[in-house]
Amino acid sequence: MTLIKTQIGRRAFIKNTSLASGGLVLGFSIFNSCRPKDMETMAIREMPKEWFEINAYLKIGDNGLVTIMSPNPEFGQGVITSMPMIVADELDVAWKDVLVEQANLDAEEYGWQFTGGSQGIRRRWQGLRMAGATAKQMLKEAAAESWQVPVSEISASEGVLSHKGSGNSAGYGEMASLAAQREVPEEVPLKEIKDFTIIGTSKKDVEALKVVTGKPLFGVDYQFEGALVAMAKHPPAFGLKLKSFDDSRVRNMPGIVDVFKIKTLEDDATRGYFDTTAFTELVVIVGKTTWEVMNAKKQLSVDWEPIADSKLTLDRFGTQMEVEVPKGLENTNDHYAQMIKMAAEPGTVARKDGDPAAAFKNAARVIERSYSCPFLAHNCMEPMNFFAHVTDEVVKLAGPLQAPALAEATVAARLGVPVEKIEVELTRMGGGFGRRAYGHYAVEAALISKQVKAPVKLVYDREDDMTFGIYRPSYHATYRAALDENNNLIAFHVKAGGVPETPLFANRFPAGAVDNYLAEQWEINSNITIGAFRAPRSNFMAGVEQAFLDEVAEAAGKDPIEFRLELLNRAKEKPVGERNDYDPERYAGVLKLVRDKSNWNESAPGSYRGVSAYLCHNSYAAHVLDVVLEGDTPKVEKVVCAIDCGIVVNPDAAANMAEGAIVDGIGNAMYGNLSFKDGRPEQSNFDRYRIIRHSEAPKEIKVHFVNNEIDPTGLGEPPFPPVMGALANALYKATGRRVYHQPFISDRPPLVG
Amino acid sequence: MAKINLNINGTTREVDVDPNTPLLWVLRDHLNLFGTKYGCGIAQCGSCTVHLDGVAVRACMVTTAMVGNQEVTTIEGLSENGDHPVQKAWLELDVPQCGYCQTGQIMSAVALLEKNPEPSDAEIEMAMNGNICRCGTYVRIKKAIKLAANS
Repeated sequence: MTLIKTQIGRRAFIKNTSLASGGLVLGFSIFNSCRPKDMETMAIREMPKEWFEINAYLKIGDNGLVTIMSPNPEFGQGVITSMPMIVADELDVAWKDVLVEQANLDAEEYGWQFTGGSQGIRRRWQGLRMAGATAKQMLKEAAAESWQVPVSEISASEGVLSHKGSGNSAGYGEMASLAAQREVPEEVPLKEIKDFTIIGTSKKDVEALKVVTGKPLFGVDYQFEGALVAMAKHPPAFGLKLKSFDDSRVRNMPGIVDVFKIKTLEDDATRGYFDTTAFTELVVIVGKTTWEVMNAKKQLSVDWEPIADSKLTLDRFGTQMEVEVPKGLENTNDHYAQMIKMAAEPGTVARKDGDPAAAFKNAARVIERSYSCPFLAHNCMEPMNFFAHVTDEVVKLAGPLQAPALAEATVAARLGVPVEKIEVELTRMGGGFGRRAYGHYAVEAALISKQVKAPVKLVYDREDDMTFGIYRPSYHATYRAALDENNNLIAFHVKAGGVPETPLFANRFPAGAVDNYLAEQWEINSNITIGAFRAPRSNFMAGVEQAFLDEVAEAAGKDPIEFRLELLNRAKEKPVGERNDYDPERYAGVLKLVRDKSNWNESAPGSYRGVSAYLCHNSYAAHVLDVVLEGDTPKVEKVVCAIDCGIVVNPDAAANMAEGAIVDGIGNAMYGNLSFKDGRPEQSNFDRYRIIRHSEAPKEIKVHFVNNEIDPTGLGEPPFPPVMGALANALYKATGRRVYHQPFISDRPPLVG
Repeated sequence: MAKINLNINGTTREVDVDPNTPLLWVLRDHLNLFGTKYGCGIAQCGSCTVHLDGVAVRACMVTTAMVGNQEVTTIEGLSENGDHPVQKAWLELDVPQCGYCQTGQIMSAVALLEKNPEPSDAEIEMAMNGNICRCGTYVRIKKAIKLAANS
C-alpha cells in the first residue's frame, strides 16, 4: 500500500440540485460499459435526488451514482473515458454506476487542462488516483463514525462499504452526505497495481453513443440563442497583409449583418508561445446563416499588399525572445534548394562524442544519405471554429481548444478584461493533432462578438483552415555512418535543419551507442507559420533515422533488428556520454516484442517487411510493416506494433489510438504535402491535399503492449513517427528502391530516355 | 427565398431558404440537425453523407431545390436510440476516435449494406473511399461493417 499526501482542495458542502428534479432520466451510465445489445434490456435508471460533491473531480448521488469530471479537453484520444476510469478505480465504484462530465476551464480546480504532448494521462495519473482515493477514504471515515468502528476495519468494493465484525454495510450514496462534510484526510492509501479493477480493463468510450447518433458535441455544433455566424477572410499568401476592402457588393446580400476588419494582435504586443498567427488583420463578415455568409465571402473584394521585414517579441513561457519575420513570397522549390545548400555547410554543433572526423577518415566504408519532407497541414476534420459572447459583465467562450488556459489569457489581454470575467466551455474536438493548441480563432471570435455586440459563432471553411498557416515545418536531414573493416559502426553523424526550425534531437538513439558521434543543426527563417503537429520534429526524425539505420544494417550485412539490438546493448553496457535520453532496455524491449509477435523471420510469401523503433514522448514504439505489390503499386497489408507506455489504462481504446497513429503515419508519409507558390499554399482542400483513404489503409493492425508496472507515459504520439521508417524500409524490400523524400508517392526515379 | 417542403426522417419540414442553399446547411442551420457535418464543401470528404431515397449523397452538393419529393434520411433518422445494426456494430467495436466523420461513415456504410448485404473487402473500400477519417479508424470501420453485415 502506498500512502500519498493529499493535495486536493477542501470543497464546501454543496448540494447540487440541478439534476435533483427526481424525475426519470435516461441513465447514460448504462452506455458506459455495456454492449449495445444490453441497452434494450437495461432499465431506465433513476437519477439521484441529491448530489454530494466530495471534491472537484467527483460527486456522489444519494442512490450511489457517481459523476466524475474529466479535466482535459477531448479530441479523440479517449481521456474522457480513461481519466474517469482512474478516479473510479481508486474510488472502488462499479464502472456501470459512473457518469462522466467534461469539465470546463477551471485552473483553480483542475490545474493545467491541456491536450498535447501525449502528457494527459502521465501528468494526471497521480492526481486522479488521489481524487478517487481521497473520496473513498472520506466515505470509509463516515461509515466508521456512523457504525462506531475503527476506519481500518472498513472495506470498500463496487460502491459498497462494509464492516465484517458488525455486519454493517452501506452504499456510497448512503454515506455521501456525511463524507462530504468531513475534513480531507492528510494522507490516503493508493492501491497496489495488482488490485486495480478498472484500470487495465477495456471500457467503451463514454461518448460513443452520442457520436454515432450525431448528437451536437463539437464546437461547430454549439448552439446559443440568437447567435450569428461569422467568417473571416485572411490574406491568400504568406507575405501579404490587408490593404483595403470594398464591401459594397456584399453589405446588402441576404442575411448579411455587418462587414468590418479586426486586428487580432497589436503589432507591439508580446506574444505567447501559442499565439502564433501570420494574419492579424482580417476582414470579417457576420450574418444570419452559414451559407449566406459563405456566399458573401466569395463576393467580398479585398486588396492585399506585401509585408515588410518585421520583428515581434515572443514570450516562451517566461523567456522573452525577439523573432524576425522576413518579407517575401516564398516558394517550395526555393526552400528545397536552400535546404540542400545549408546541408552542405557546417551546422551548429549540438553534440559531439569522441573524434568523428578521424573516425570517418579512417573508416573502411562511409554511407551518406539525405532525406526531406514537405510542410503538412493538420486538416482536423472539424475545421477551426469558435463561439464567443462578449458583454460588459462576462465573456462567454466555447469551442475546441487544446490549450484553453492559454487562449483565455490571450483573449483577456486583447479585450482588456480580467480572466475572472471569462468563462470557457470545452467542447469535444473533431481532431486536433496540435493545431488547436493555437487559439487565434478564439481571439478572433471574441473581437467579432465585441464588435457586433451579439453572440457569434466564427466558422472556417476548409480553405480557410488549410491556408491559415501553423503547419508542420519542412525538414531536411543528412546522415553519415562509418563502418570499420569488420562492419562495426564506428562513427555516426546527423545534420538536420528545416524551414523555419531544426528537427534535431541530439541525444536520442543512436547517440550513446557509438564512440564517435556528431549532431549538427541549422535553420532557415520563413514567414510561413508553423506549430506542433503530432509528435513535433520526431514525426520526421524517427522515420529518416530508422530508414538510414536500415541501410547501414544492410551495408554491414546484419539483420536490421539484430543490428539495432547490438547498438542498444552497447548503450546499456557501456554508454557513450551521459545525456542519452532513452532507456536502452525498454527500447530493446519493444523491438524484441515486435520481433516475436510478427514472427520477424517468417514473412508471408509475397509480402515485404520493414521494421522501425523509436522513443518519443516518454514511450517506446516499434513496428513491423508488411507491404504487398498490387501490380506495380505497393500497398501496406499488415502492421504489427509493440508499445511500452507503462501501465495501459484502457487497452482497447489505447490499441485504437495506436491503429490510428499507424494509418496517419502511412498517410502522411505516402501522400501528405503542402507546397507554396509565391507564398500561396497550392493545396486548399481535399481535392488537391491527399489524405489517406479506406483503400489505402492496412488490412490488419495488431497492437501489443509491454506489460509492466511503470506509471503511464505518452501514447497519442509515440506510435506515429516510426511508421514512416518502417514503411520506407518495407517499400525498399518490395521495390528494390529506397525512398528519401516525402511524400513517397512522388519520390520516383527520374525518367530515362 | 422560397418556402420549401422537405421530407426529412419521415417528417415534412418547411424551410424558408434560397433554393440554392445546400441541404447540408438547411439541416444544420435551419433544422438543428447537427449530426450531418461540414468537412470540405466540395464532396471530397464524406462528412455530410445523408441518404436521398436510400442512396448515399453528399449534402454539401445537393441544393434544397434538388431534393424535391425525395426522402432525406440523416443520422438522426437512422434509429431512435442508436440501435441500428450499423450503429451497434460501431459501438461494439468502439470505432470512433474524435468522432467527427463517423456519422458520415455510418451513413455510407448503411447505404452500402442496404444495396449489398455481404460486401467484400474491395467493395467496402470502393463504397467507403469517399469518406475521410483523419484519425485513421479505417481498420475498425471495415470490421464494423462486416460485423453489421453478419448480424
